[in-house]
Amino acid sequence: MSIAPAEFAVPSHSPTPAARNEDYLWTLNFGPQHPATHTTLRLVLKLEGERVVDAMPEMGYLHSGFEKIGEHLTFNQYVTVTDRMNYISPMANNVAWHHAVETLLGIELTPRCKYIRTIIAELARISDHLLSNGAVGLDTGAFTFFLYAFYQREVIYDIFETLCGARFTNSYTRVGGASQDFTPLVIEKIRTFVKTFPKTLDDMERLLTRNRIFVDRTKGVGVLTKEEAINRSATGPVARASGVTRDLRKDEPYLAYEDFQFQVACASAGDCYARYLVRMQEMRESLKIVAQAIEHLPDGPVNVGIDQRMALPTKKQVYSSIEGTISHFELSMSNRGFEVPCEESYAAIEAPNGELGFYIAGDGNETAYRARCRPPSVLHFAMFPYLIRGHTLSDVVAVLGSLNIIAAELDR
Amino acid sequence: MPYHPPAVDDVVAAVRDRFAGTETSVFRGQTRLVVPEPQSFDLLAFLKERGFDLLVDVSCVDYLDYPDAKHRYGLVYLVANTATNQRLTIRVFVDDPAPTVKSVVPLWEGANWLEREVWDLFGIQFEGHPDLRRLVMPEEFTAHPLRKDYPLQGRGERHNFPVITRDHS
Repeated sequence: MSIAPAEFAVPSHSPTPAARNEDYLWTLNFGPQHPATHTTLRLVLKLEGERVVDAMPEMGYLHSGFEKIGEHLTFNQYVTVTDRMNYISPMANNVAWHHAVETLLGIELTPRCKYIRTIIAELARISDHLLSNGAVGLDTGAFTFFLYAFYQREVIYDIFETLCGARFTNSYTRVGGASQDFTPLVIEKIRTFVKTFPKTLDDMERLLTRNRIFVDRTKGVGVLTKEEAINRSATGPVARASGVTRDLRKDEPYLAYEDFQFQVACASAGDCYARYLVRMQEMRESLKIVAQAIEHLPDGPVNVGIDQRMALPTKKQVYSSIEGTISHFELSMSNRGFEVPCEESYAAIEAPNGELGFYIAGDGNETAYRARCRPPSVLHFAMFPYLIRGHTLSDVVAVLGSLNIIAAELDR
Repeated sequence: MPYHPPAVDDVVAAVRDRFAGTETSVFRGQTRLVVPEPQSFDLLAFLKERGFDLLVDVSCVDYLDYPDAKHRYGLVYLVANTATNQRLTIRVFVDDPAPTVKSVVPLWEGANWLEREVWDLFGIQFEGHPDLRRLVMPEEFTAHPLRKDYPLQGRGERHNFPVITRDHS
């Protein structure tokens, strides 16, 4: 079809379109570098005055292809990468990864190892919640609270350093065991922590839980209903603050959680304040678990036996027994290694942020064919626009902090 | 004692009644349903009605180098029942040249970003997705990096990034 040039020439006499309300909106680019995002993530906010009309979250600034790397590193090597996912609680990621690997390989851990992993996972939860709640306090103007929280994180770092030599990127677990056993010094330090921490927790609660400014800034902000929490696949403290009682430690008791008395902290309000309260209570419950586990720590080896050929034998076993020598040889030669089934399995733990699971496909090699990480942060960040609509700009940091978005885990 | 997940036999039987051609297998106590691609949405809708209200994960595996693989891509849907703690894994296999499945965003809002990520990293099209954009890779990226034919070190994209110097900024 040809169009006559004259048709182009006709000037349009249509009146100027009426200005719509949207034309008066103001766009604010929040991040990727902003002190209150704490990590690299970006939000494009549409503002009407100070009210957020809509938000467009964007991620990927820290994407490092961890899942691709997982297809090229062996099961024991990849644990170093999991440290860098949620670097607020690397121990929990270590436990989650090797829990998934052991599910695929069908390894039953020794009782002592189960207890040790439970203890470090709970300590990681405490340190994660300290940072998360501390950051909410910091963003809403409570700096002292943040310092109280960080002082205790330092104590937990110290315990981890004594345990495995690394403060931050622990890489502690191994297939079928752990890199080190608990020494008496570590046990002593954990006992001291169990004794001293409740006092700090009391202080923290006295500082913030009934603080008028904090309560006004967080109560009724970012409300997530129970139905929406399930619909949007929320897990962990975010879901439990909305009345979802799901906690994998109770519902699918992995490791040694069956042996301990503890309660699942829940709230029904679903707002930022409820998420803060749930995290505070969870720290107390975690401390109960640590206290019980450290007193009833079973004796015996940490790693599975040499007959299973899954964990490296000790030096003494290698030099003094034929099984040890064979096992060491089998595990260290590049063309030997674990017997991995051509199968796929999923295993998850209740990480501090929510359900952290790994879907691992094995193809007979010591390297995962596919190592999918189910990160809780992605699903929590996806619901951010839903939570923030209608609130003010200053509520952005409160909601973001209460969701505890960690960009390294978000992007992987 | 290792944890034994609750049985899902009744649900599996109901699924097999309703959807012919569904294969089931069990590994380490985890029940998996393999469903033909056209029925995947209906099956997940059926499961949601039967109480599997939580979509845990949507993911994908590229079976290019996998021994004895019959299909190229295998999608993984993990669903859970928050009341009974039952879990199910649903597998849907699709192939080149145009791997497409129906989006489950109408069922679960949580699927939105998970499906975007699968599209981004594997290039699986989700029919009916409201906003199928790349999630972690840049918008102008053309490849799908978690496919097995994409090398670990990339295809040199990094060297072709426009460099903005201080003088030109």
